[in-house]
Amino acid sequence: MASARYDYFLDDDHAALRSLVEEFARDAVAPKAAALDEAEEFPYDLVAEMGRMGLFGLPFPEEYGGAGGDYFALCLAVEELARVDSSIAITLEAGVSLGAMPIYRFGSEEQKQRWLPPLARGERLGAFGLTEPGGGSDAGATTTRAVPDGEGWRIRGTKAFITNAGTQITSVITVTAVTGEPPGETSATSHPTGGKEISAFVVPVPSEGLSVSPPYSKVGWHASDTRQVFLDDVHVPSDHMLGERGKGYANFLAILDEGRIAIAALAVGLAQGCLDEALRYAGQRHAFGRPIGTFQAIEFKLADMAARVHTARLAYYDAARRMLAGKPFKEQAAIAKLYASEVAVANAREATQIFGGAGFINETPVARFWRDCKILEIGEGTSEVQRMVIARGLGLPGM
Amino acid sequence: MRVVVLVKQVPDTWSPKRLRPGDFLLDRAAADGVVNELDTYAVEEALRIKEKHDDTTVIALTMGPPPAVEVVRKALQMGADEGVHVVDDALAGSDAMVSSLVLAAAIERIGFDLVITGVESTDARMGVLPAMLAERLGAAQATLAAEVKVDGREISVRRLAGGREFDVVAPLPAVVSVVEKINEPRYPSFKGIMAAKSKPLTTLSAADLGLDSNRVGLAGSATEVVAAEERSAERARVVIHDEGDAAARIVEFLASRKLL
Ligand SMILES: Cc1cc2nc3c(=O)[nH]c(=O)nc-3n(C[C@H](O)[C@H](O)[C@H](O)COP(=O)(O)OP(=O)(O)OC[C@H]3O[C@@H](n4cnc5c(N)ncnc54)[C@H](O)[C@@H]3O)c2cc1C
Repeated sequence: MASARYDYFLDDDHAALRSLVEEFARDAVAPKAAALDEAEEFPYDLVAEMGRMGLFGLPFPEEYGGAGGDYFALCLAVEELARVDSSIAITLEAGVSLGAMPIYRFGSEEQKQRWLPPLARGERLGAFGLTEPGGGSDAGATTTRAVPDGEGWRIRGTKAFITNAGTQITSVITVTAVTGEPPGETSATSHPTGGKEISAFVVPVPSEGLSVSPPYSKVGWHASDTRQVFLDDVHVPSDHMLGERGKGYANFLAILDEGRIAIAALAVGLAQGCLDEALRYAGQRHAFGRPIGTFQAIEFKLADMAARVHTARLAYYDAARRMLAGKPFKEQAAIAKLYASEVAVANAREATQIFGGAGFINETPVARFWRDCKILEIGEGTSEVQRMVIARGLGLPGM
Repeated sequence: MRVVVLVKQVPDTWSPKRLRPGDFLLDRAAADGVVNELDTYAVEEALRIKEKHDDTTVIALTMGPPPAVEVVRKALQMGADEGVHVVDDALAGSDAMVSSLVLAAAIERIGFDLVITGVESTDARMGVLPAMLAERLGAAQATLAAEVKVDGREISVRRLAGGREFDVVAPLPAVVSVVEKINEPRYPSFKGIMAAKSKPLTTLSAADLGLDSNRVGLAGSATEVVAAEERSAERARVVIHDEGDAAARIVEFLASRKLL
């Protein structure tokens, strides 16, 4: 039905991957999505199949167990999954871009050989813990500390809202921790980390002193695993530090820039899913003797939904293309994430409206989309944070 | 061992099918073409046999208009080693007898020990092709297979027919059609998609197979559709009033329509 528009600028490999994941999402994921949502159950079987298909290894080379694709391919896969189920899409997105990518980007050769292949094959999952109960947007609020203890580091602190932290196949949780205050001169207000030296560590699961809370009871993303992570004097050897000491914050920002493109893709998928469902329903639901899709009020809603999702898709395609071409993409990624997440919320609202009362009943997909959309304006940088990033790129006086 | 697996492009099951006015052939342009879903079980079974037996080559074969090459590509993405596409304007309108003639000629040319097919195609739904092929190829036939095992030059098959199971054995070469129960077809992997691009894909015409154009297509077909009428959307309704045995009668009704 709506598939023709996707051929836009996709090369053969990307087009083939997109239609593969579309088919998988429609035939294997969609029939299970409502039940998984209702039971708040993590779908190990789907994750295993996606691993076999190579989705968790898309942006990694084959030498690390990857599929030899690129980051845009990952975004296309995330979009297609999110058309039917955001939970499975975020499990893939977070597993790859938060769990595995930091190890691929900043790990030593030895660290990559050690941890990456099972993650890239989707046999194990990685998580990334930056957010703490005391703050997410403000990295300077990091209170988790790592202190040297002879042959390595001892880490103590709590991380909040960590995706994929507590599944049965989680093998590593990378965490940021304060490793020291730099000598004096940086003032707490002018420096994004408040002057703290922040480093990143790979914490293997299980580790002594490492534990996770039961899953949160969430508004949406029910089939995705989100937990609090407790680090109670967890010891890691010194070769578990990821990237250079003190680079934890800068490295994490780079990871977030890419991650925003994939979150934008997820938002586009949800927005498209809302349009798919609303179009179908508008054609079959009758009121006053006509299909509701023949009322201009409904038609215009659908037209606006189509215009928004199309524009949002172009925004993330653009950011991804820039990234793959090695061009700066920070602002474009923030624009794509900001816009696409707002489009997802707008389309979910309108789709629910088109469904009328049925849209408020949990078993219809749009009700799930409505519960799943709001987090997109919050996770991996809130809309306010995206606007800050975009504004900073505008070259305003004093910045 | 050479395993030839047959794949066919059919109109998407979900899209309305239309016959062309005049010759009443299926209007293939009117709907998206997809791989006949029942054939994906055949591809999967061929791949499983290959995984169990070294030195096995899986060749995906289709006959159809130019866009039908997509279903061969799909089989290659799933893991088949080679693809063959029989394509020729002269083949348009071939009935089951002619299709089996053309496919048998292609299979002979490819060389085979085992031919695997789906039970039927979801467009024409004749289900006679596997038997016709076996006859033309002089090979053993085991249709409706729910289990296939190859052991040396012998094949054992569990057939599911008429609600019963039959265990049969046959020497190779053989033609086997498989039912949906037999396996769960895999999705291609991204690597499979990339690898498929460099796998050999051969195109054959009727002449390449030594078939004269008057023996194939509409010209060569023994059957001809002389009239067609659209089925009315209105179906006969059956209302079952509960007199304590409604559940049993519903089951009976569904079973009589072969829906259970
Ligand atoms: C389901 C789920 C999964 C998550 N997964 C992960 C994960 O895997 N790893 C991880 O590290 N984190 C994860 N998070 C955390 C998420 O990234 C944070 O919630 C998010 O970054 C916001 O941080 P916060 O919750 O601390 O909000 P706060 O930072 O406390 O923000 C509260 C509000 O204040 C606004 N605000 C803050 N600072 C400013 C400012 N300077 N100017 C204007 N407005 C401001 C924010 O935009 C927001 O509206 C997840 C969260 C959820 C809900």
